[in-house]
Amino acid sequence: MTLNQQRKLKTFITGLFAWTIALILFFPIFWMFITSFKTELQAISIPPSLFFEPTLDNYSEVQERSDYVHHAINSIITSFGSTILALIIAVPAAFSMAFAPGKRTKDVLLWMLSTKMLPAVGVLVPIYMICRDYGLLDSKTALVIIFTLMNLPIVVWMLFSYFKDLPKEILEAARMDGATPWDEVVKVVLPLSMGAISSTALLSIVLCWNESFWSLTLTASDAAPLTAMIASYSSPEGLFWAKLSAASTLACAPIVVFGWFCQKQLVQGLTFGAVK
Amino acid sequence: MKRLMKNTIACAVSAAASMTAFTAFADTEITVATVNNGHMIEMQKLTPAFEEANPGIKVKWVTLEENVLRQNVTQDIANKSGLYDVMTIGMYEAPIWGQRGWLQAVNTSGDYDANDILPSIRDGLSYDGTMYAAPFYGESSMVMYRKDLVKEAGMEINDRDSWEHIRDVAAAVNDPSKGIYGICLRGKAGWGDNMALVTTIANSFGARWFDEEWKPQLESAEWTNAVNFYVDLLSKYGPPGSSSNSFNESLALFNEGKCGMWIDATIAASFVTDPKQSKVADQVGFAQSPISVTEKGANWLWAWSLGIPAATKNADAAQKFVRWATSKEYIELVGETNGWAAVPTGTRASTYANPKFQEAAVFAEAELKAINSANPNDSTLKPSPYVGVQFAAIPEFQAIGTTTGQMISGSLAGSMTVEEALKSANKSADRQMRRARYY
Repeated sequence: MTLNQQRKLKTFITGLFAWTIALILFFPIFWMFITSFKTELQAISIPPSLFFEPTLDNYSEVQERSDYVHHAINSIITSFGSTILALIIAVPAAFSMAFAPGKRTKDVLLWMLSTKMLPAVGVLVPIYMICRDYGLLDSKTALVIIFTLMNLPIVVWMLFSYFKDLPKEILEAARMDGATPWDEVVKVVLPLSMGAISSTALLSIVLCWNESFWSLTLTASDAAPLTAMIASYSSPEGLFWAKLSAASTLACAPIVVFGWFCQKQLVQGLTFGAVK
Repeated sequence: MKRLMKNTIACAVSAAASMTAFTAFADTEITVATVNNGHMIEMQKLTPAFEEANPGIKVKWVTLEENVLRQNVTQDIANKSGLYDVMTIGMYEAPIWGQRGWLQAVNTSGDYDANDILPSIRDGLSYDGTMYAAPFYGESSMVMYRKDLVKEAGMEINDRDSWEHIRDVAAAVNDPSKGIYGICLRGKAGWGDNMALVTTIANSFGARWFDEEWKPQLESAEWTNAVNFYVDLLSKYGPPGSSSNSFNESLALFNEGKCGMWIDATIAASFVTDPKQSKVADQVGFAQSPISVTEKGANWLWAWSLGIPAATKNADAAQKFVRWATSKEYIELVGETNGWAAVPTGTRASTYANPKFQEAAVFAEAELKAINSANPNDSTLKPSPYVGVQFAAIPEFQAIGTTTGQMISGSLAGSMTVEEALKSANKSADRQMRRARYY
């Protein structure tokens, strides 16, 4: 086998492997999508049917029963609101830890990450009581605050990893030109880090969009996001897979489209090392 | 300038007046938490009729998955959060929460006709003679079977057959090579899943959850015999993976024509006889639940009901809604709107006396018989201190029932023997009861 052939074979095997993984990951979404066009009886048929007469009944049922726009607006407000808030807190925090690290910076970073190791249910009762006492139950404000706190460690870590790889000489040069710390952040670091910030923001939005534990626990109707809408289609007594799939498809659609448009930034950000 | 002042004052006064008027006629909004069951969804769709009859009251719906609903409403009611004005609860919660003062008594005065509610259902939702939740639909358990398969196998199924006979029928019908299994039963762990059925089997084998001193009895010979029978029956003649099947999974299998028999909630009767949902709709027969040494507690009793939390700020509107949704008039409305086969059953005697319902629902007689035969106050052969057929209405039961369900599901999956499962469950139950200072 020539070197060229070996290289082609290697590319083929790598491609095949990547496609297999991608298809495995995509399969549940594909299945959810086609199930949403089946009748309830077709949805539970064994063996499952791939070829069937599609119906839009499930979508019209979801439209009739749920206020999709209301839930979607709640999802947008809470996921975008909390991401913006998290970035406002995380950018200066990551900047200071990356460019002016102290003795305990590593410990602080580890401590922040350790909060992610606590199961959410462990703090359910105190958070529920706080929300009740401050009148925040079933409010978007509560979700924005909780989502911000939930994602802050990840956002700080991602930005810190990026900032620490930025050459310090750039900041020194800015300082030589009379830049204040504010100028350093706004005029130097932020423009250099737009890719990383975008991908961090995207990840945070996706995590908030898909969050269900707090959404279901702290909301009832006014602030209920799309995850709460999906949950309402699960039934203890009766067939529900087709309608649940339609609700899930509608709930996933905005974030999938959004992710599709932003995939360049997402991939770039997730694979970042700082200066390329 | 004076004129401007005058106009401003006039505007302010008229604005204040209109604000007052707005406040006086402002809508009362009530939030109803419920599960995604067919009957509940119909209620949601028919709510405009209530709003029309009660101008000034608006109804907001929160539909949740059953476990999430339980968690949320318990949290809401225990913390007096006031998120919900009406909540869907079951027969387990109503007496316990009523006793604790967490629920308002249902206003049964006037034309509500509480005497029309089936006595067993009314008793199950009451504490000390006061009804703390109004039944929306009720259910018991019964045998649903394939008449064609049973006949083909040369067998018969009748009311109150013995469990041994049911096993023989299951063996005769069982033909996995054709994708037909003798019997489908719940196996998924949970106090409301496998334990609902297993408790009724155990009751009929003469078992009880606790003795008169509240000591768990799971290691008794009756429990051992009952669970051994259940595990053996389902392992030999049940579909593969039974340990993860509950109501919906069994419903799917039955509707697909893969079960010879299915013993489960009577509410399933309306699904398995509906040609839109079931491939075997015209072949389904019904019989009363099987028994072993006693009929007591051989079929369960449950009612999805509407309760009003004590902390609600809209008690009057909530009472009006609950009375409407659980009234004879509501059942009439559903019957006339969606057909009599679709009405919520298991609550009122008048429903079963209605000729239109009798004609539309082939399962009506069997369902009523099953509900009437269940007595939550006398469900065990030996005396027991608790109320409830497939559960014991004490706060500790959820944890005890679920742990026991996990052990029995484990033995069904083959990870431990029945004896080991019951020993472990009994130990855990004993710990719970001691901690709660029952003894």
